[in-house]
Amino acid sequence: MLPQLFFAYFAVMILGLALVVITRRNMVHAVVWMLLMFVHIGGLYLFLNAEFFAVIQVIVYAGAVLVMFLFVVLLLNLREEQGLPIFIRGVQGRVIIGLILLLTLVSAAGQASKGQGGRFSIDYIQRQTHIKVLGSVLFNDYVYPFLIMGFILFVPMVAVVVLAIRRSNGSS
Amino acid sequence: MVPLNWYLMLSVSLFIVGLIGFLTRRSIIMMFLSVEIMLNAINISLIAMSHYMQDMRGQVLAFFVIACAAAGMAVGLVLLISAYRNKPTVRLEDFDLLKDRAF
Amino acid sequence: MEFLYNLMIPIIKVAVVFAVTLLHVAYATYFERKVIGRMQCRIGPTEVGPYGLLQPFADMFKSLFKEDIIPAKADKAVFFIAPVIVLAPTMSSLSVIPFAEGFMIADVNVGMLFILACASLSVYGIILAGWSSNSKYAFFGGMRSAAQVISYEIAMGISLASVFLMAGSVRLDEIVKAQYEYTFSMYAPHLLIGFVVFLIAAFAETNRTPFDLPEAETELVAGYLTEYSGFRYALFFLSEYVAMFIMSSIITLCFLGGWTIPRFITDILPFLSYVPGILWFLSKVYFFMFFYYWIRATIPRYRFDQLMAIGWKILIPLSLLNLLIVAFVKRFVID
Repeated sequence: MLPQLFFAYFAVMILGLALVVITRRNMVHAVVWMLLMFVHIGGLYLFLNAEFFAVIQVIVYAGAVLVMFLFVVLLLNLREEQGLPIFIRGVQGRVIIGLILLLTLVSAAGQASKGQGGRFSIDYIQRQTHIKVLGSVLFNDYVYPFLIMGFILFVPMVAVVVLAIRRSNGSS
Repeated sequence: MVPLNWYLMLSVSLFIVGLIGFLTRRSIIMMFLSVEIMLNAINISLIAMSHYMQDMRGQVLAFFVIACAAAGMAVGLVLLISAYRNKPTVRLEDFDLLKDRAF
Repeated sequence: MEFLYNLMIPIIKVAVVFAVTLLHVAYATYFERKVIGRMQCRIGPTEVGPYGLLQPFADMFKSLFKEDIIPAKADKAVFFIAPVIVLAPTMSSLSVIPFAEGFMIADVNVGMLFILACASLSVYGIILAGWSSNSKYAFFGGMRSAAQVISYEIAMGISLASVFLMAGSVRLDEIVKAQYEYTFSMYAPHLLIGFVVFLIAAFAETNRTPFDLPEAETELVAGYLTEYSGFRYALFFLSEYVAMFIMSSIITLCFLGGWTIPRFITDILPFLSYVPGILWFLSKVYFFMFFYYWIRATIPRYRFDQLMAIGWKILIPLSLLNLLIVAFVKRFVID
């Protein structure tokens, strides 16, 4: 009974906070609610025996990605645009399409059944600790995707420097 | 024990919330935030399936999703900053220079 | 009955750790004023109580009874919540620190990463405090502080990664146990570059001199603290000192062998091994607290561009070099 209750709490909080995020007018408030949502998702990962992801969720999403958002919102000095609508015209139609998609996907998710179990049982992961297991899989079976990932992370670093630096000869 | 289907339903609902946010908000920053919500929804389902099928591949994929999301958001936000320098707005319908106004 | 017992033990541990830490923080301010005073040829607080020992409590009551001023154009909800966002993660990262062998509140597998996650959460409090005050000094202070903390977090994380690599674990107690096997029973001589990088980054992480740009009095009034007063100011102050305590604890645990003392010392003087480990731990932590004050009294403040240049052009390449060396040594020499 207790696991279900915990899951219900996390599910309700995550969905509710996501709805709060997408309806905020003030973007700083949206980012703060989003932060709370990320922490809750991290809590949910703890129930899935993935403690490394629970921490990474907070370090990467909350510590890096959302801070970047907050910086941009503050740097551009975005005022609350009072009076202007926050949603586009024809919002009802898109919401209805979204809800139809939601019904379809939820009914599909309700019927999903899991396939054959692999060799990484919960017991094994708890004995070896999650980080060790994930690291051994990542660096043995997926080492080339990992290297490509490093390259993918390197390209935006160059791109950000190239795009963000103002040209000094007055053309901006 | 919570069944796998509950996690999948949560993931799908969160994805749809993000999708609706992406389709209906005017501000580009809010659209980026909605994309983040969608990526998180994907991650929940990947990690849940990885846990229930006792296979680490889902978690490896989730790891790559997190890294790609960070990289993509960095480029998106810096493009937004350079667009903002040319035209001080973050509302998507204001970027309509290529729209043919003659007709 | 057993359930009650299982519930009571963690609660008592939490109460003890928090009470001791808060008392420690109160006296850390007294210690700082005394040390800085002596270094500047003054004598520090002497009036309240014998030798001024009750000064911290006098300060606490003063800030409790001060008027709580809220700027008229502030974003009130965010203004209220910002000190809590700073303090709560800082206090909760105390829960994974092993003070002595087997004495920690929460025995988690990701101990050190949990502290890093908490550190990255408390940045929000600072940015939001700066933004919600709706004042230009507070805003600049908040932005500066956030940029500084995020930049130095990278160098800190990479230098800690070399420790993880050496110890083969991110659990703090296993890091300490792994260190005990080495020559000096500590990593600081082996990972000298990482140790120095971490030490410098710790000053920037806690916004202490010479990196206290966010609250540089001469240019920014008091940075993100400008509009705060009374109890909310005290919360920020408290979390700064708790963060200093945590940083000193991390240095002690990851580089100086935590609650153990080097084996060659116990070989010469065997009676020292009967001293409880928490005394060694606390003496190392207090040494680093003293080091913080010593640096504060000695080195002038950096300029902001110098600060960023140190972070990105010196510390991050150095910590990457350190990680590379450690990886090679671990792979080809130790194994």
